[in-house]
Amino acid sequence: MENYLIAMAVSGCIYALMALGLNVIWGFAGMVNLGLIGFFAVGAYGTALTTLKLGFPMAAGMLTGTVLAAAAGAGVAMITARLRGDYLAIVTLGLAETIRVISSNTIWLTNGTDGLSNIAGPLRGQISPTQFNMLYLAFVATIVAVAYVLAERLRAAPFGRVLRAIRDDEQVAAVAGKDVMAFKIRAFAISAGAIGLAGALYAHYTSYIAPDLFVPLFTLYIKLALLAGGLGNNRGAVIGAFLIVFFLESTRFVIPLVPMISAVQGAALREILIAALLIVLLRYNPQGLVPERLPRLPVADAAPGKPQTI
Amino acid sequence: MALLEVRDLKRSYYGVQALSGANLTVEAGRITGLIGPNGAGKTTLFNCVSGVVPPDSGTVVFDGRDITGWTPHRIAEVGLIRTFQIARGFPRLSVFENLLLYGNDQPGESVRTAVLSPGSARRREDELVARATAIARRLNLTRVLNDPASALSGGQKKLMEIGRVLMAEPKLILLDEPVAGVNPTLTREIAVQLRGLVNEGLTILLIEHHMDTIAELCDHVVVLAEGRNLAEGSFREMASNEAVQEAYMGRRQWAS
Repeated sequence: MENYLIAMAVSGCIYALMALGLNVIWGFAGMVNLGLIGFFAVGAYGTALTTLKLGFPMAAGMLTGTVLAAAAGAGVAMITARLRGDYLAIVTLGLAETIRVISSNTIWLTNGTDGLSNIAGPLRGQISPTQFNMLYLAFVATIVAVAYVLAERLRAAPFGRVLRAIRDDEQVAAVAGKDVMAFKIRAFAISAGAIGLAGALYAHYTSYIAPDLFVPLFTLYIKLALLAGGLGNNRGAVIGAFLIVFFLESTRFVIPLVPMISAVQGAALREILIAALLIVLLRYNPQGLVPERLPRLPVADAAPGKPQTI
Repeated sequence: MALLEVRDLKRSYYGVQALSGANLTVEAGRITGLIGPNGAGKTTLFNCVSGVVPPDSGTVVFDGRDITGWTPHRIAEVGLIRTFQIARGFPRLSVFENLLLYGNDQPGESVRTAVLSPGSARRREDELVARATAIARRLNLTRVLNDPASALSGGQKKLMEIGRVLMAEPKLILLDEPVAGVNPTLTREIAVQLRGLVNEGLTILLIEHHMDTIAELCDHVVVLAEGRNLAEGSFREMASNEAVQEAYMGRRQWAS
């Protein structure tokens, strides 16, 4: 049981890192990205292949996976320069599926649908599984903490202000003197890099990756995490990620308590339950648990009652 | 030399000629009015000059530089800033942020500075905040600075647009109907503000349908009709010009 709880905490951290990444592109810049799992796969395969086949040390492998994912993100931003909203969603969704199909078919490289196993984990085999889990949890939690601090800096900086301006009106942002394309490419690369790192962390944690892990449903979980937590808010992203993992996992224990249903019915009931929880949550918190807040700046000379002159 | 020189500008949309060879000269230090009936091509001219839409042909020379076909952000960087007809902006940013966004040379807009040394952007941010505060005071927006832009009234949005433009420290501002839909009191206030800005050395080109404002403000008026120049001169000359009257009101069929 304690291994299970630690494993769930690790998943929560990996989800949180992805939600923080998604928040940069979707929460700040308002660009829909339904291809998260594609960047996750790039990060996971990037580190798995370089550590397994090229003998990279783990840190170098993870860095490679992150950089590859960020580069893929920048590439996608350039290809989709003129797309917005639904069209961008379709292209990014298609891209993630393309990456999955490629990873299933380039058997010489990725071992196809059999997947890659024996991906190293820090000190795996030298310490007990519980110790390994604890160590890994500390590792991913540190990364999430650092990512959170960096994401908060991005949000609070003039950079974040430009992204939020692009979210509201791209054309006016351009007229305001902002190179919209350059900002979008950066936001996409940062976002994809964070998600790629999450993929790399996942690969080294589970030691096994295969194409069938990288399905669009996972992308939707992260989107839901961010929506539930609070779009545009980094704290909301982290809270939402843990909440989603909690919903996904806790329902697992509720279903056996329901009498007279088959396993298949139970699985369907679990999904209904998760959906219902989210609907209730968003019904009462339409902007998520931690809504985005406008920064307030101190205004000099705005004492009430003071006569205003033009 | 004129601050802005537009020569033989052409632009069509799906076969409809919005501009069929428009010319425009804006002299520095005064207010030039661009008027004409609906569909004359005034906003298209603004779009082509500000880089929002590339022209099919013709040249735009601003401050001695050929800026034809430049991207909007580069045009903004050399000091030509425009507003939009329907007060457009960033509804989910505060009024303060709307103003600050237009500030130029903010190092905190680079990712590296934002992440690694957020402190180094602060000095420029302090300058921008001081400037935004002064502009807000001047435009009577102080009390709403921390409100989201979406909460402003129509007239306040127009004032905010003017404020944003000023933040960019431009040489020339293009205003697309700055007083449309604004109540008479505020209209006069905006007119006073604009005149004040020009007295301080700014140059303004404005599109407006509100003739009293044009008469009061504009040193020079250019009339556009059907995508080309019809006439130009003082407002009084334009108001008595028969071709201009005809473009606005149609031909008098039963002339006596």
